[in-house]
Amino acid sequence: MDDNTRHRSRLPMRARVATTVGGAAATVSRLAGKGDGSVIGGVISLRLAPDLLSLLAAGRQVVLVTGTNGKTTTTRLITAALAPLGRQIASNIYGANMEAGLTSALSRAPDAPVAVLETDEKYIPAMVRSTRPRVVVLLNLSRDQMDRAAEIWLLARRWREALESAPDCRVVANADDPLVAWAAGSSRQVTWVAAGQRWREDSWCCPHCGSHLLRNGDDWSCKECGLRRPPVSWALYGDEVIDPAGRGTALDLALPGRANRSNAVIALAVADAFGVQLGQALRELRAVSSVAGRYTQVSRRGVDVRLLLAKNPAGWLEALDVMAPAPTPILLSVNAQGPDGKDTSWLWDVDFRRLRGRHVLVGGERRLDLAVRLEADEVAFRLVGTIDEAVDAARAVAPNLEVLANYTAFQHYRIALGRVQ
Amino acid sequence: MSPVRPLRLVWVFPDLLSTYGDRGNALVLERRARLRGLPVEIVEVNSDQPVPTDGDIYLMGGGEDLPQTLATRRLLADGGLHAAARRGAVVFAVCAGYQMLGTEFGGADDAPVRGLGLLDMTSGRGEQRAVGEIVADVDPGLNVGRLTGFENHQGVTKLGPAARPLARTTLGTGNGDGTEGAYQGRVLGTYLHGPALVRNPALADLLLHWAAGPLPPFPPQAEELAVRLREERLAAALPAQ
Repeated sequence: MDDNTRHRSRLPMRARVATTVGGAAATVSRLAGKGDGSVIGGVISLRLAPDLLSLLAAGRQVVLVTGTNGKTTTTRLITAALAPLGRQIASNIYGANMEAGLTSALSRAPDAPVAVLETDEKYIPAMVRSTRPRVVVLLNLSRDQMDRAAEIWLLARRWREALESAPDCRVVANADDPLVAWAAGSSRQVTWVAAGQRWREDSWCCPHCGSHLLRNGDDWSCKECGLRRPPVSWALYGDEVIDPAGRGTALDLALPGRANRSNAVIALAVADAFGVQLGQALRELRAVSSVAGRYTQVSRRGVDVRLLLAKNPAGWLEALDVMAPAPTPILLSVNAQGPDGKDTSWLWDVDFRRLRGRHVLVGGERRLDLAVRLEADEVAFRLVGTIDEAVDAARAVAPNLEVLANYTAFQHYRIALGRVQ
Repeated sequence: MSPVRPLRLVWVFPDLLSTYGDRGNALVLERRARLRGLPVEIVEVNSDQPVPTDGDIYLMGGGEDLPQTLATRRLLADGGLHAAARRGAVVFAVCAGYQMLGTEFGGADDAPVRGLGLLDMTSGRGEQRAVGEIVADVDPGLNVGRLTGFENHQGVTKLGPAARPLARTTLGTGNGDGTEGAYQGRVLGTYLHGPALVRNPALADLLLHWAAGPLPPFPPQAEELAVRLREERLAAALPAQ
């Protein structure tokens, strides 16, 4: 009997019934065209057995991945980097990242001995308690959908308390983000990664005492309480990963942008904790070219359209960095439905001045909010309705179009373009 | 003719008080002043720097409990903002910044914290968080009309006799008693958070008028998009009207 079979048969009958019923509900939901069914399946299963997640996680090696930005992509990259282990890996690849989503991911892969689970920032304390993870990954913390999310200093404090009471868990954390470093600082085993920090507007002050931080390049320290950037064992340096032995290796990812190089270095540090060689892990990372429709290139009416998803100021900043240069037109699109946050104030935290002189198209349900924002930054633009209107406007200028949209605006375009993966 | 001294907008402590696109207020004031040919200078003052006393309009944004308390302590110790307010400078604050202007507010765990005392009011914590669109009609004496914005706070604010309510709420929570915001002389605060002036150009103009005197008009097409946005948001918030 191998690990997997033993694991499945050890589940109590109640949990096995709960996962079966939940799985059936997920199938019905998928057939009805209501998403991938992972939330409804998980919700039903949890109602039948509230401790189901702990039961499902028991005996597995769980990795929880959290942070404001890059959760979905990093979860995908870690899953890829662990492939050389040759073991089945459970993962919530569709981004359902609260308790029901995690439950559903584990119950759909009852025999997987390893699980890599994207976890909503707020749920980290509860998920650390119920899954007893081997590794927790902390990527970054910045302002995000504040009409429904917790405030970030408060989140950092909750992470810190949760990790303090999980002494067996290894934390892989970005040392360049002061809030993350402070949150991870209570843990006994930390792998510090210099993963960079492009957005700094939420960390000018010390998370411990509130004094204005001294910053010099990526280094930071507090002159009042002495909190400082911890020494790192892994680093992103340009396009290279620097490993704990100090060797530099080119990343050469298919995914674009600094943020994804940063996510990849984190994934390599996690793979290392599982004993996967850097060369083997990197080969897997290079093969990842899109993540649930993000970064996908699709041809529409003779124009190559690339879709980028970003949901908050830090994400938009990183996404604007990877935009193809002029004359490629850029379509920006913003909605403000529940999953996006109903407050569009965050647009005023994004600096759009770099788009001056570019061909900018503006769409989405809240296109007027975006239009007024661009006007204030003296960026010329044109308002568009459908994706095809944008594609037609783009064709007059260039053979390709870059699309940057927030969550439901992105999903709307993705469906219009034929549910690209 | 001597060169015109630029209008100085002082953004107080963006390192501690900037949560919801607070930069928008500085950008809207700058744009509306420039449209009228008034030169503008934006000065960002971090919490480890002294607050200059020669500004024309001081802006304070939103923040979490701890940064709010720290910023208040620093402003009380620094004294620059108080000196500016005494000589008649305009102060405009939103959300956490608004609460700080009172004599007392609820800090972390709702322990009372001494405020800046620039508005005659006290704030504490309510039972429920107020999150969503807010619509409120401004004191007719200010000639600003209707406010539209977004609020996200758990504060309840009571005004004393020296402060006047800025507006009366039609939708949303505001101060918690049917009023919204407060003003006293040229110190004005509101629970509309973040870029509150974006959808309320008339409020931006009131602050500019207080700081610079009567304002020349500008071509209406320069604010066509802002007016459309304002109408769209008001129609979405009050669909029955």
